[in-house]
Amino acid sequence: MYRYTDFDNAFLAERNRQFRAQVARRIDGSLTEEEFRPLRLMNGLYLQLHAYMLRVAIPYGTLNATQLRKLAEISERWDKGYGHFTTRQNIQFNWPILTDVPDMLDALAEVGLHAIQTSGNTIRNVTSDHFAGAAGDEIADPRPYAELIRQWSTDHPEFQFLPRKFKIAVTGSPNDRVVTRAHDIGLRMVLRDAEPGFEVIVGGGLGRTPMIGKVIRDFLPVADLLPYLEAVVATYNLLGRRDNKYKARIKITVHENGIDQVRDLVEARFAEIAPLFDPTATKAALARLDEMFTPPALSPRDSTLFEATRTRDPVFRAFADTNLTPHRVAGHAIVTISLKAHGATPGDATAEQMRVVADLAQSYGQGEIRVSHMQNLVLPHVALDDLPEIHAILRAHGLSTANVGLASDIIACPGMDYCALATARSIPVATQIATLVAAFELDHEIGPVQIKISGCINACGHHHVGHIGILGLDRAGVENYQITLGGSATEDARVGERMGPGFAYDQIVPAIERLLLAYLDLREGPAETFEQAVQRAGLEPFRAALYEKGARDAA
Amino acid sequence: MTQGFVITANALIKGDVVWLTPTGTLTRKLEEAEVFTSRDRAEAALAATSTRNAELVGCYVADARLTSVGPAPAHFREGFRARGPSNYPHGKQAETGTDSHVSLY
Ligand code: HEM
Ligand code: SF4
Repeated sequence: MYRYTDFDNAFLAERNRQFRAQVARRIDGSLTEEEFRPLRLMNGLYLQLHAYMLRVAIPYGTLNATQLRKLAEISERWDKGYGHFTTRQNIQFNWPILTDVPDMLDALAEVGLHAIQTSGNTIRNVTSDHFAGAAGDEIADPRPYAELIRQWSTDHPEFQFLPRKFKIAVTGSPNDRVVTRAHDIGLRMVLRDAEPGFEVIVGGGLGRTPMIGKVIRDFLPVADLLPYLEAVVATYNLLGRRDNKYKARIKITVHENGIDQVRDLVEARFAEIAPLFDPTATKAALARLDEMFTPPALSPRDSTLFEATRTRDPVFRAFADTNLTPHRVAGHAIVTISLKAHGATPGDATAEQMRVVADLAQSYGQGEIRVSHMQNLVLPHVALDDLPEIHAILRAHGLSTANVGLASDIIACPGMDYCALATARSIPVATQIATLVAAFELDHEIGPVQIKISGCINACGHHHVGHIGILGLDRAGVENYQITLGGSATEDARVGERMGPGFAYDQIVPAIERLLLAYLDLREGPAETFEQAVQRAGLEPFRAALYEKGARDAA
Repeated sequence: MTQGFVITANALIKGDVVWLTPTGTLTRKLEEAEVFTSRDRAEAALAATSTRNAELVGCYVADARLTSVGPAPAHFREGFRARGPSNYPHGKQAETGTDSHVSLY
C-alpha cells in the first residue's frame, strides 16, 4: 500500500484546516452558499434531498483493515451506522451534519483517507482494477500508476476549474474490469516488445450522451504518462465547452472536433511540455511506488480442506463457484464479498459488516480490502483452505450471498431516495428485482448477467453499459422506467439500445422478469449467457417478450 | 383538489428539509407550512426567504396539495423530501413519525 510521506500528511492537514475555516465562515455568514458551494464540492461534500452527503475517495479501490475500521467508526460516530460504496470506488455517507464534517475529514486523515476532488470540475478519484496485484491475467499492477496520477492531479493548479468533471481509470490487465471505455481517459496496459505501456482511450462517458471512448494513442511508454495526461487535460481545458454544461465533457470535445484533431493538438502540446518533465524522475517515482505495492509473498498452498468442504456443503459450493476468481498463486483465490444480499440496498455495508471484513482481511487476507466498481468488497489474497472459516464468518453477518456477476448483483445509484438530481427511484427497483430472483431461485439458473439502474439521465448506475439497463425518468409527475439491452462494460464496451416505451414503477419488475424468462426460453443452452443470447438472437424476441401483454403504459 | 404552494429549503447546518410557516419561522413538518394560493405571493415570499443565507440553502417554491390536515406533497419528489428515503426508516419518517411504512432489510 501507498505510505504517506510527511509532505502528504502535512498537505492533508493543511487542506482540512482550510476547509474547517471555510465551514466556519459559511456558518458565521461571511460566505454565501454560492461562494461556499464550490469549496465544499472540492472536498466531497454534497447536499442531497434529506441531508448532506460526504463522498470519500478510496484511491484505486484499495483499503487496509485500519482504514476500513475507521470508515466503520465514522459511520457510527457521525452518520447512521452504514456507508454506501459506489461505482467509482468511493464511499458515501448520507447523513452528516455540516458542523461535523471537518471532524470527519480529520478522522479520515488519521488513516490517510480524504474526500479531495471527489466532486467538482476536477480530476476525480482515479479508479483501478479491484483485482490488481492478484489477478492472473495482469501485465503489471496498475496501482502505482494510479497513485502517480493521484499525486499529479491532486490540487493541480491548472486543473481545478475544468469545463466539467474528469474521470480517469487505469487497468493493468487486458481484461478490462474498470470500464476504461466509459471514462474521460482510460488507460489500458499493453506490452510492446516486452515493454509495458498504455493504450490511451479518451472521450468515453455515459450521462445524457453516452459515448464509447476512442483510442488516441495506441502505445504510450510509461515514462511519458504524466506529460501525456497533462497534454490531454490541458488541450481539453482550452478546447472544452464552457457555454453549456451538458456539452462540456471531453466526450463532446472529441465528438465535435474529431479524434484526429484532438490527437494532433494533444501531440503538439505533449511535444511542448514533455521536456519539462523528467522521465528519469518519473521512473524513479514509479520504482518507489512499485516497491510499496509489492504483492504479498504467498507460497503455493494445498487446498484439501477447501475441496472437501466444497464437495460436502452445497451452500459453501454455491459461494465458492460464484464469488471466487483465480489467484495467480496456486491454492489461493480472490474473494468477492457481495454487498447485494437479496432485498438489501446495493453497495451498502453496516459498520459491523465493515469491521467483520476488516478483521477477515487482517486474519486471512494480508490486510487488504478492495472496493469494486460493481459496489462489492474484495479480499484479494486468500488461501483456499481458509475459506470454509471465512465463509462461516461472512454468513453470520449477512455477507455470504453467492450472487457475484449474477442477476441479483445489481448496480444501482441512490436515485430519488437520496439524490437531489434524481427523476425516479433506483434502489427499490433493484431490491425488488433481487427479491424476485431469489424467490424463484433464478440467479444460478440464469447465470451471468449485469443489470444496472440509474435514477436519472446522469447515468451514475452505468445503465447504458448494462446487459440490461434501467433508466428511471419522471413522466408527467410519475416514475417511468426505460429499458436498454445489449450494453457491455468490458474491453469491448457497447452502449445498449432502448427497447421502447417505458414502464411504470409497478410494472418495471414484471417487465424485467419477462426479459429474464425470455432469455431462458431463447438460449441455445445453459452455456450461452444472457449477453451472448442477445448478441445472437438480436433485440426483437426480447422486445416481443417485453411488450407482449400490453403491460406497458404509453410513455 | 386545491393546489397551493409552499416555500421550502434545506437547513444550513443539518441539511434536512424545512418549510416556511405563516409566522415566518421554519418547520420540519410539511403540515405546518404556510400555503400560498397565489403563485405571485409565493414568489414574493421566496424572494424574502432566499435572503436567509445563514439558515438556509437552496430555497424554492414547491407545489402542494391542500388536504384537511394541511399541505401535502403534489409531486413524488416532494413526498420523499417530506418523508425520507424508502429503503431505510431514516430522516423525517423516523424523527417525526409521519410515516413509518418503510421496508427494513
Ligand atoms: C447523489 C449524489 C450524486 C450526484 C449529485 C451525481 C451527479 C452526477 C452527474 C451530474 C453526472 C453526469 C455528469 C456529466 O455527464 O457531465 C454523474 C455521472 C456519474 N456518476 Fe454520479 N452523482 C451522484 C452519485 C453517484 C453515485 C452514488 C455513483 C456510484 C454509484 C455515481 C457515479 C457516477 C458515474 C459512474 C457517472 C458516470 C457517467 C459519466 O461520468 O460519464 N454518482 N453523476
Ligand atoms: S444517476 Fe441521477 S439519480 Fe442516480 S445518483 Fe446519478 S444523478 Fe443521482
